[in-house]
This record gives sequence, C-alpha cells and structure tokens, in this order.
Amino acid sequence: MGETNFLIKLLGDNLITVLLISALPLGFLVVYALLAILGELKISAWMQERVGPMRTGWKGVLQPLAEVIKLIQKEDITPDAANKPLYNLAPYIVFTGAYAAFAVIPFSEFFVPSGINLGLFYIFAVGSIGAIGIVMGGWASNNKYTLLGAMRSVAQLISYEIPGAMAILSIAVLSSSLNMQEINKAQTGWFWNWFMFGGPGSYEKLWVIPFTLGLTLIYMIASLAETNRTPFDIPEGESELVAGYHTEYSGMKFAMFFFAEYANMFVVAAVLVTAFMGGWNSPFGSFLSGPLWGAFWFIGKSFFVIFVQIWLRWTLPRLRVDQLMYLGWKILLPVSFICFLFVSLFRMLN
Amino acid sequence: MLANEIYEILKKEFGDGILEFKEEAPSDPYISVEPSKIFDICHTLRDSSELMFDYLMCLSGLDLGESLGIVYHLYSFKHTHKIVIKTTVPKETPTLPSVMHLWRTADWHEREAFDLYGMIFSGHDNLIRILLPYDWEGYPMRKDYNEPEEYHGMRVPY
Amino acid sequence: MNETKKIQLEYSQMESDRMRLNVGPQHPSTHGVLRLEVEIDGEIVTEVIPHIGYLHRCFEKHCEKMTYPQVIPYVDRLDYISAMNNEWPYVMAVEKLLEIKVPEKVEYIRVIMAELNRIANHQIAVATFGLDAGAFTPFLYFFRDREYILWIMEKCSGARLLFNYFWIGGLAHDVYPSFKQEVLDAIKQVRKTNAEVMNLLIYNKIFIDRTANIGILPADVAINYACSGPTLRGSGVKWDLRKDDTYSIYNRFDFNIPVGKGEVGQLGDCWDRNIVRMYEMEESCKIIEQAVAQMPDTGDVKEAIPAKLRPPKGAEIYQRAENPKGELGFYVVSNGTEKPDRIKARGTSFVNLSVLPVISKGYMFADLILILGSIDIVLGEVDR
Repeated sequence: MGETNFLIKLLGDNLITVLLISALPLGFLVVYALLAILGELKISAWMQERVGPMRTGWKGVLQPLAEVIKLIQKEDITPDAANKPLYNLAPYIVFTGAYAAFAVIPFSEFFVPSGINLGLFYIFAVGSIGAIGIVMGGWASNNKYTLLGAMRSVAQLISYEIPGAMAILSIAVLSSSLNMQEINKAQTGWFWNWFMFGGPGSYEKLWVIPFTLGLTLIYMIASLAETNRTPFDIPEGESELVAGYHTEYSGMKFAMFFFAEYANMFVVAAVLVTAFMGGWNSPFGSFLSGPLWGAFWFIGKSFFVIFVQIWLRWTLPRLRVDQLMYLGWKILLPVSFICFLFVSLFRMLN
Repeated sequence: MLANEIYEILKKEFGDGILEFKEEAPSDPYISVEPSKIFDICHTLRDSSELMFDYLMCLSGLDLGESLGIVYHLYSFKHTHKIVIKTTVPKETPTLPSVMHLWRTADWHEREAFDLYGMIFSGHDNLIRILLPYDWEGYPMRKDYNEPEEYHGMRVPY
Repeated sequence: MNETKKIQLEYSQMESDRMRLNVGPQHPSTHGVLRLEVEIDGEIVTEVIPHIGYLHRCFEKHCEKMTYPQVIPYVDRLDYISAMNNEWPYVMAVEKLLEIKVPEKVEYIRVIMAELNRIANHQIAVATFGLDAGAFTPFLYFFRDREYILWIMEKCSGARLLFNYFWIGGLAHDVYPSFKQEVLDAIKQVRKTNAEVMNLLIYNKIFIDRTANIGILPADVAINYACSGPTLRGSGVKWDLRKDDTYSIYNRFDFNIPVGKGEVGQLGDCWDRNIVRMYEMEESCKIIEQAVAQMPDTGDVKEAIPAKLRPPKGAEIYQRAENPKGELGFYVVSNGTEKPDRIKARGTSFVNLSVLPVISKGYMFADLILILGSIDIVLGEVDR
C-alpha cells in the first residue's frame, strides 16, 4: 500500500495521514463539482448558441459557487407525510456511495487513496449503495412521482450493472489483476497499449481490438445509465416524473443528491479511463510522463469522458423505460458476453 | 348540396319535426327543428348517403329570453356542404336528447352547454360540469344569472 | 414440472394494485394548468380523465358586455401563442355580418401575419414536443428563431404576444417600410433551422423510437371527435380550411397540404402529427413568399374600418379559419346593438384535447406525455 501513496512516504503511516488521504479526494471533488457544473452550463450554452451565465464573476465563472450558496441558504422542507428518518438519511447514503468509490481511484502513479487488490470489485460493490439511498429517498418522500422514479432508478441500476461489470471483468482478464494501479501499469507506453486497443502486444492482438472497443462502448453506455444521465435519465425524467426520486427534496439535501450525481459521473469516468484509456499513463510513451503529469493525464482524460457525457445530454432525447430495459438486457448483455468470450480466448492463446 | 335541398330531404322524412327554414344574408341558412326529434334528425343527417354530415363543427347554447337554444353546426367531409340545425327548449324543463353517440365530439360540447346554460342532455354518459368547479351553483351564461356573493369563503364579485 | 405449474397459478392469482396519479395542474409537461387524472398499472396507463377549467376566464360572458372591437383583445388571449390567427376568424365573422369588403393590402398583410404566426406556433409546438421527449437543444434553437418573427410583429403592432392587430375592416397600423425584406430574412432563418432540426431531432433514432407507433389516432375516430389541424392531418386526412373552405385570398396562393404518411410507424402516430407541423412551416414560408411578391405597396389599411358597428338584429354567423392548431370558429349572434348577443368560441384545443383519453389508453406513462404534446394544446383556448 505504502509505495503507491506519496503522502504516506512523506508523513509516515499514522492517523493524521489517513485522515488527510481520505479528505484529499473530497477537496478535489468540491473543486471538480464546481468545474463540472460550470462546464455543464457553458457547454450547453455553447451547443445551443447561447452565452450562458454571464453576470457572476468574469464571464460567469462564479455561477456554480453562487448556486451552491443559494442551495445552502434555501429553506429545507421536509414533507409532513414523509418518513422523517429515512427521508433525512437518504441523501447522505447516496453521497456516501458515490464518495466511497474514490478510495480506490488511482489519481497518479504515486497517489491512490487505498491501493487494495480488489479495486475494481470494490467500486462495483460500493456503487450499489447509491441505489439503496435512492429507493429510500423515493419511498420515504411519500409521493407517487418519487416512488415511480425510485423504482425505475433501481431497475435501471441493476440491469446496467451487469453489462458494465462484464466489460470491466474482461479488463480484469486482460490485465490479470483487479488492482486499479496494476491495471494502469499494464498499459504503460503509447496509446495503442491501452486496453481500449487490446492492451500491450504485437500484431496478433489486432483481431481483439474490435471486441475491446466494443467493451469500451458498452461500458460508456452502461455508465451513462448508472449515473442517470441523458439518454437514460428516466428516473428523473422531468417531463413525466417532475424530478423523479428527489422531487420532494430541497436545499442542502437536494444539493447532496446533485453532488452525488456529479461525483458518480467522475467515478464512472475514472473507471473508464483506468480500465480502457491507460489511466495516468501519457498517451505518448514516456513523453510528458511522471507523477504530476500522471495526475494531469488522468484528470484530463476523465474530464474528456465527462465532456462526452455532457455532450450526449444536450444532444439526445430520452429513452422510454421499456426501451431502456430492451437495450440493457437484449443488446448490451449478449454483446458484452460475446466480447468477454473473445477477450478471454485471446488471453488464453497468449 | 345547398341548404334548401337539405331542408327538403329532412322535411320529407320528418314532416312536423322540422319547424322552419330560413336563408337570409348575411346569416348562415338554418333549419329549426323540434327538440325531441333532434337525435333522429341528426342520425339521418349523419348516416344518409347524400347528406353524410360526419363532422360536428360546433355545438353552442343560447339564451333566447324565455327559452334556451341549442345550435348545431355541421359539415360533411365527403360532400363539403354545411348546415345549421337549431332547436329550442323551455327554460323550466331544458331537456333534449344527446347527440354524443353520433359525434363523440359532442361529449365535451354538451357538457359545456350543460355547465353554462343548464340544458339536460338525456342519454349523455357523463353529464357533469366541465369548465366551472364541480360544486358551482347556477348556470352563468343565462342572461338572468346573478353571481353568488361567496364561493368557499372567497368573494366572487371583485 | 409440478412446481412450475404451481408458481404460474399463484402468479395468475396475484392482484396488482392500480395507482391513481394526479398529473397537474402544476406539472412541467401539461403545457399549462391541465389536470389529468391518470390510472396506471405499473407503468401502463389504463385510464385518463382530463379535468379542465383551471384557466377559465369567462370569455364568452365577458364578450356579452363588450362592444365588437373590444372583444378582439379577449380573442387574443384564447390561444395566446398564435394570437394573429385567433383574431382573424372573429374579425371575419363581424365583417361578414356587416358586409364589409376589406382592402386588398389588408388581406395580404393579414395572410403574411397569420402565416408568420403559424410558423411561430409550430416552432413552439415542435420545440415543446422535443422537450417532452427529453431533447432540450432544439427547443432553444426554435425559440431563438421565433424571435425574428416576434420582432416583425412587435414592430407592426407594438406587442410581442397579444397583438390586437386585426381590426374589424382593417388593421391597427400599417406595416413599416422595410417590412417585406425583414419577412423574407426571417423565413430564410426559419428554413435553415428547420433543416437542422430535421437532422438533430426528427430523424433521430431515439426520437423515432419514442414517438412512432404511440397514440395512434385513426382517421374515422379523428373525424368523429372533430379533430382538426395537424392532429387530423397526421392521420392522413387531407383537409385544410385554407383550401377546402377557402377564405380571404388563400385561393391565390400555391401550396400543398402535408399529411401524415406513416413514414416510420403506423399512420396517425405522434411522429406523424409532429412531422406535419414541420412540413407546414415550409408551406407557410411558400405562402409568405408569394404574398410578399404580390402585396401592393400603396393603400390605406384603415379605410374600411366602420365608424358605427351595429350588425342587423338577429343576424348570426359561424365563421371558421385554419388556426395553427386546427379549426377555430366563432359563432357570433347579433342583437342589433353595438354589443354582441352571444359569442361562442369553438376552441381548437378544447376539441382536440377531448380525444386524448381514447388515444392514450394502454400506452406507457411516459408516452402519455408525448401524446399530449403531439396534440399541441394551449390551455387558454381549452378553458376560455
């Protein structure tokens, strides 16, 4: 564990260091969430030929901050008929689920909060905690819209976890490890060594490239569904369910849901980058590589994936719930199985 | 088909049920009929092959002082001709047959006429108020209507 | 074997509760204050009961207290998205009662204004329909372009939404000198965006999957429910009052009536109703181009406005015109004074909405919203 974490090297293995390590992603998360909200605002404005928010700060860059302040000072309303303990607990559980996944994300060669060997498995395990929080919030709000939203959300999360897990499992087969740091190390070198392009190897890997690209796509789609982003934002589809499972939430509790959504976006982007896009490796071999550059590449690639998520959101309409299930169970799942089969075959032959 | 030809056909079929035909510019030509026969007349108007009035454009209520009027504006897609059918019912017993089962569009129009004028369309499946609150009293479009002072504690005249 | 049989038996005996959901009156997708009482079985809609009247403003009662010209601003507020088109059948009805011949120039300006407003209305209809399906970007494209049209109307009438521009016998104001050029510029922009939206939204795979084969309205049902406008034409009935019961100077223009063809799904589905609106915008552009070319430059738009407005006693007329949403009719009865005895507005949306319970049964809850969006209602006209 120690060798992958520069803070432990620097400060020694004690309680303060551990606390510091666990707080560091939170600091990053706050900055990232503000940036992502600004990105969402500005990218959508750019795509729709608007200027977006312009009044808060230079070109409106302080807008996310203003929104956070607004959310904090807003009145926190608890519906009378709600089940109060569950209602109050739900946003924190959703956020905990999203934040817990940050424990194994390798930000750089020398910084991963916890370099456990079951990293990938752990991410999938804690990712499901969010579903509990969503169903808790949706049920406890005692509102039919939230209940429908929560049911849809859980059905969606469960169905799309399977193709997503199959895609990640194939990477585990390719890299013969579940440790996120090991997976990154396996993709060192130029960008054609990424698992997206079949991982390191010579010409015999060419036939496996379509399958790994397919797996990348499958994971991308599944990750959109897991974070409830368009075209899979059915749980909160505002045209029918008003706001889905968080209809009744306001103020800081709503902000927690919001925050968790952005945190989840980063988590799935980070997993995608780690598993398929070389993580903190520079795309150009040893050019611009190193611990700090690693963090730059990792965050940069993740931001690119997040940009794609935002891009899709402002381009595509929303699917219907039965079409979503059809896509998940009848298209993505069989395709991911086939890809998994061929990737395993490739691994066995080499 | 011209309005007077339509009148001839109806007159032949229903005799006394057809009261009057009037064609006078600038008004639309209309046929006024007996209210109790309205369903049968409309049935003929809709189904007879030379008339084929398959489209009820509008159904309006009217307050004519001592009686209430109901006006049907009909149009035929096939023959592209129009006709106006008028009938009156007394204010005390404003009952007449519903044409809802001939033209489904009459459903809401008749509910509206009931809501605002108080005609009772017998044979209508669901004759309840449509524009006003379900517990409103009186029929506001009648000329002798006096608005209530209060509705659920809210002052009505403002 | 025995076991499976038993499970199946138990499953068939299971009772599923149906949920009554109150959609509206405050809901993002009811396009106003419409309340739908929906009964759903899981996600399947089993019953829809529309409750209307939340925006009832006693339009017809008001009219009895107003003189004929004073009614025009009230007429604007029926279908507030296409106010120019609302004024037209009303002023035409009164003009016919008074037997006024409207000057040539006025007719052309009325056609141009009505068609511009038709484009503006369809832009909102398609935009909000896309929004119901979850596509936000085309919504803003359309709203940006609608500004070009609203600017023209604002320059002519002084108002952006509720114009009070068509007066009985004429217009409130003459057009401004650069009017023709600005109209042509505006429709150029409309065409550009329409082509873009065709790619971005209408032929998008997800959009087709969402809107095709839902809310199927057969032609005979549509006629029986007296649906009109794109709602009827989406079912394949080629019927447009501008051609089939022509009024004003529409017989001078060359244009087509687009109908639904069941291109991607069954005939009369939501996609068909929507595509009719897209094509109609192009037809309106064609009419405007011809009208601008033919329009006389000189002429007084106020010369036929009568000083005294007293239609003959007992005269009555039902005048209808092709509103963007369908047939809008006014039944005007005169009692010989300057105030009408009775004005009945046959609201297009009111009639079109009544078909909703029939065509939305058995589809999913998310489809219900799209079916409602494809009918394109404005609650100002439903509730009057």
